[in-house]
Amino acid sequence: MSGSWFLEHLWLAPLFPFLGFLIIGLGMRNFRPAASSTVAIAAMLASTVVGWGAAIHYFQNPDATPQIPWQYDWLKFSPQLIGRVGVLVDDISMLLVVVVTTISTLIHIYSQGYMHGDKGYRRFFACMNLFSFSMLGLVLSVSLLQIFIFWELVGISSFLLIGYYWEKPSAVAACKKAFIVTRFADLGFLLGLMLLSFYAGGLDFSFLTQSSTIQRLAETHLPVIGLSVLPVAALLVYAGAAGKSAMFPLHIWLPDAMEGPTPVSALIHAATMVVAGVYLVARLFPVFAAAQSAMMVVLIVGTFTALFAAIIATTQFDIKRVLAYSTLSQLGYMMLALGVASWENPLGFTASMFHLTTHACFKALLFLGAGSVIHAVHTNDMREMGGLRHKMPITHATFLIACLAIAGVPPLSGFFSKDEILAAAWHSGQYAVFFIALGVAGLTAFYMFRLYFMTFWSEPQVPEKYHHAHESPLSMTAILAALAVPSIFAGLIPFGHYVKRGELELHGINWWIAGASIAVGLSGIAMAWLLYRRPNELPDRLAYAFGPLHKVVFHKFYIDEIYLFVTKKIIFRGISAPFNWFDRKCVDGFMDLVAQTTLRAGGWLRKTSTGRLQTYFIWVLAGGLFLGLILWQSHPELLWTLAFAGLGAIVLALVWQLALSLSGKSEPLKKIDRD
Amino acid sequence: MNTPGLNHFLILSALLFCIGIYGLLTRRNLIAMLMSVEIILNAGALNFVAFHHFRHGGEPGGVVFPLFIIAVAAAEAAVVLAILIALYRHKKDLDVETSDTLKH
Amino acid sequence: MGLLTTIVLTPLLAAVAILFIPPQRTLLIKRVALAATGITLLLSIGLVLDYLGKIGLDSGALPAGRALALEYREQVPWLSNLGIEYFMAADGISLLMVLLTAVVIFCGVCASWYQEYRAKEFFVFLLLLVTGVFGVFVANDLFLFFLFYELAVLPMYLLIGIWGTGPREYSAMKLTLMLMGGSALIVVGILVLYFEAGVHSFSFSAIAQAKIPASTQLWLFPVMFFGFGTLGGLWPFHTWSPDGHASAPTAVSMLHAGVLMKLGGYGCLKTIYLMPEGAKVWGTFFMVLTTINIFYGALIAIQKTDLKYITAYSSVSHCGLVLFGLATLNATAFQGAVVQMYAHGLMTALFFALVGMIYGRTHTRFITEMGGLLKVIPFLGVAYLIGGFSGLGLPGLAGFIAEIQVFVGAFSLESWGHRIMTILAAASVVTSAVYLLRALTKMLYGPLVNEEHSHITDATFVERVPLVILLFLLAFSGMFPGWMIRMAEYSLAPVINQLHSVPAL
Repeated sequence: MSGSWFLEHLWLAPLFPFLGFLIIGLGMRNFRPAASSTVAIAAMLASTVVGWGAAIHYFQNPDATPQIPWQYDWLKFSPQLIGRVGVLVDDISMLLVVVVTTISTLIHIYSQGYMHGDKGYRRFFACMNLFSFSMLGLVLSVSLLQIFIFWELVGISSFLLIGYYWEKPSAVAACKKAFIVTRFADLGFLLGLMLLSFYAGGLDFSFLTQSSTIQRLAETHLPVIGLSVLPVAALLVYAGAAGKSAMFPLHIWLPDAMEGPTPVSALIHAATMVVAGVYLVARLFPVFAAAQSAMMVVLIVGTFTALFAAIIATTQFDIKRVLAYSTLSQLGYMMLALGVASWENPLGFTASMFHLTTHACFKALLFLGAGSVIHAVHTNDMREMGGLRHKMPITHATFLIACLAIAGVPPLSGFFSKDEILAAAWHSGQYAVFFIALGVAGLTAFYMFRLYFMTFWSEPQVPEKYHHAHESPLSMTAILAALAVPSIFAGLIPFGHYVKRGELELHGINWWIAGASIAVGLSGIAMAWLLYRRPNELPDRLAYAFGPLHKVVFHKFYIDEIYLFVTKKIIFRGISAPFNWFDRKCVDGFMDLVAQTTLRAGGWLRKTSTGRLQTYFIWVLAGGLFLGLILWQSHPELLWTLAFAGLGAIVLALVWQLALSLSGKSEPLKKIDRD
Repeated sequence: MNTPGLNHFLILSALLFCIGIYGLLTRRNLIAMLMSVEIILNAGALNFVAFHHFRHGGEPGGVVFPLFIIAVAAAEAAVVLAILIALYRHKKDLDVETSDTLKH
Repeated sequence: MGLLTTIVLTPLLAAVAILFIPPQRTLLIKRVALAATGITLLLSIGLVLDYLGKIGLDSGALPAGRALALEYREQVPWLSNLGIEYFMAADGISLLMVLLTAVVIFCGVCASWYQEYRAKEFFVFLLLLVTGVFGVFVANDLFLFFLFYELAVLPMYLLIGIWGTGPREYSAMKLTLMLMGGSALIVVGILVLYFEAGVHSFSFSAIAQAKIPASTQLWLFPVMFFGFGTLGGLWPFHTWSPDGHASAPTAVSMLHAGVLMKLGGYGCLKTIYLMPEGAKVWGTFFMVLTTINIFYGALIAIQKTDLKYITAYSSVSHCGLVLFGLATLNATAFQGAVVQMYAHGLMTALFFALVGMIYGRTHTRFITEMGGLLKVIPFLGVAYLIGGFSGLGLPGLAGFIAEIQVFVGAFSLESWGHRIMTILAAASVVTSAVYLLRALTKMLYGPLVNEEHSHITDATFVERVPLVILLFLLAFSGMFPGWMIRMAEYSLAPVINQLHSVPAL
């Protein structure tokens, strides 16, 4: 098959895992569990083949331009606005397809070993396939609508996978939190989509990134508040990206998402789903580049998140938590890189995508390695580990490679991608950002090697765990080794050649910047080596010295507590309960009041039925007089006669009788004495 | 005094009518109420006769209607008396105030 | 006999047939009901396919005039001195609703398979009810429309009052009286429209094309909109709904929340069609009320612990979205509203069916007394999860199609008041997620809370059938929405033309 076959049939790439999901989820109830993973892996392999075929064909072709080999008018809002679904082929989508399919396939294979014997094995692989389908649909999106659709699908896959161990209350809370926080962010995304659908008149990416559209959006202003549509729409869409990519303050779901099985954390919460936000900003790069205020927000939030998460990571003891905060920090790096990019200096764009790729490789490796460790010692707490390098050589070696990569030690991949980000920051003139990023690089090295030393060096803290620890099966270690390869070598790919926006001049390495990053990296490693290589009280004394500051950082700046407070006290009790009360007492009460009033009025009117004949006669007479009064208006002389002679007597009688009825008394009864 | 004119008869019939109404509304004894009804009916008949006599119209209505009234009054009195007898046999008194079982 | 009359009469004939079956033979009664509803289901599917064939699936031409795009006409003069005809005809929206009704009642009969108490009367009233519902959607003469409307409301009283649970007499009374109040407003509206139009006909198209004076429309539009809105769950006249749905037996809740509340939306659409000037004047006012519906219902649902009440308030919120879409007077939002009528109907029928099945097993409706049920009843649990995902507007299921269209359409109203309301309405995606996930995870996830629940059985075959049908339709419509949108778009064109033919006020 020629390369173009793969391009034309690229829609097969998401289709295979979707079919896998359906087959495993619906059809394989009574099959052996191993059959589920076989189907899942087969689907992913097929998808990977298609993806690589298309990507190789695209990248090898020097005249390749973005193209849409397949699309479909899926939702017709109106004759002018059509939501399309399809396959978009350009540099970043091909890059992501390769990353997603490859890493997903590798993790599927790893999971065979990791999830072996687990009761929900079949469910796991069905959901993993569902996720892969959703993620591939996302990266191949041709329109904002399509990416929103798959955005939500990725969210639900994440919900299902974080909640995999749904009998654990902590896992239940985590999956709910993840979904709701990202839903909240997606509201911003939805509003941005609505805004663009109206003011731009179209949702296709090819349309939205055209300079004519952008120009028009920039010049249109929102009524009343007068802001230009372009930055507002960009920021709203960014809100969604910030949620999915766990930028501050929407980062709170990611650490809790570690409740899911480790392969899930590796695939979704490190390598693929969380980069969806970065991908979206990259996809809409022309929009953001033209809306400087929006880009500035991206930059500031990204930088802050990178720093914030790195600080927290230095204090955590759960191995997966450290990696989660590390992911947050690296995502911040990716957003930062995009934030400093512009048409004049587009290096940040390439750097961001480069780092996305290398990060996917070494972070997946780190998580899978952590999974291997957890599998061996049955604990996540690093304080119970130690000395594992003797017991788990392959895990140790690959883990060390990944740590070196993330710390930015040359010539591993992380060094190159991080260096590009730093270079982009420097060249864009954002020197504050540069120095913060440099500091974060040092922190990264520090906390990663803290983790490394506490786990693999030091002394075994819990002898029984150490005693039972053993190397993981081949299905797991083979994947670790497989991921180690790109972690080492991916940096050598001349990324700027393949993935770029605008005119990118390719320089060589700026040795000042590189030197600075190597220096901070090595000093971070050194610090960790000093503090953690052997067990000592230095870390505790430092923690004590920092006192309250350390406490705040350890508790992740109490953001989770704030979140709980807001949801429980404010939303539940403060808003929802009053509405409930209002509905029950006021609205419902009003209807009940209407009913009660009717009943009471009826009861009151009933009193006129006295059952007494004479009461009825009075009513008849009164009615007759009333009619007479109306009819005789035309003959006033008769009226006088009657009034004089008769009315007097009648009125007297009426008054007498009514008084008698109302007072309840009556004439003394003249008894007819007979019988 | 002059001979009685139309007005005198009309006033007489009006007075009789009012006496009848008064009796109907205030008397407790059902037979007394029946008697009041007779007075009312006769007052109406008197009215017709008076108009027939003083307005030389020759309309047959002035004579026919009083005849109708007398006949109807007699029939009605018979029916009412039958009801009263049945009522008395059941309740042993003819007080209208106590015959209120059709109240709310 | 025309196809539409067949669909309407089949349940009626089945009801009559059941009257002759001795009450002990409950299985035969249920089979007759199932057969009748099965026939209507097949007929309605056939009609939908045929209609799609007629109008063409790939969107092309739209009707240009203001007369409704009707097919399958059956027009027979009835009381001709008053201009009343037996006029049955259907356009795309009617057929969509007929399909919905047929699906829901078929699934409702399946869900009521284990109803043994006075089964004969139950199914008679149920079939009578559904006759009314079918009739409303295909009647094109206002008098006939109202006749079927009343027929659809009255059996509710008995169904809820006798076969319901909880404070059923109170709920039945409240529901019936409030809906009757709405009907009173509607009948006033119908009569005024007839006399003001002066065309000596009660048919929708004829009255719509006549000139009804703007001064009349000014006061008549809210009267009729409130009248239909009461059935559609318009705030503040929605309070019959929570108690009514909670106390009603399963199939009745399915039918009521699923279909009857859509009668209200359908009637409101017709009101807009008949009185476009009035709609333009009152649109914003009703937009405010329906926005309240949306977030009010969702916020209250967060607080509730009784599954039926959660579902009922969720219906208040989602039916509010239907009316919201209609109040915006925007073509895309109209499409969304029609799709929401269909999607929410399926969704809520699914929910109530599941609640009924779960209640029958755990004997509690309170989520605080349930937990960890996914292990014990996986089929029901997964069905509930998927239904819940549709409720929160997950793409791939039908709810999303409706919501996105309403939001995008509503956003095209440029004033800030409208925009704020649209944003509030869109914010409901968050609140829906909150209450749905809260209820679902409390009930299904977590450790098993009540030891007695470990012995309950999963869904039987008869119970699986309705769940599978509803889930399949939700997923199918969610992934392939083209046919729904085409039917809605085609049938809404006359309404849009009507709105455009009057000057903006």
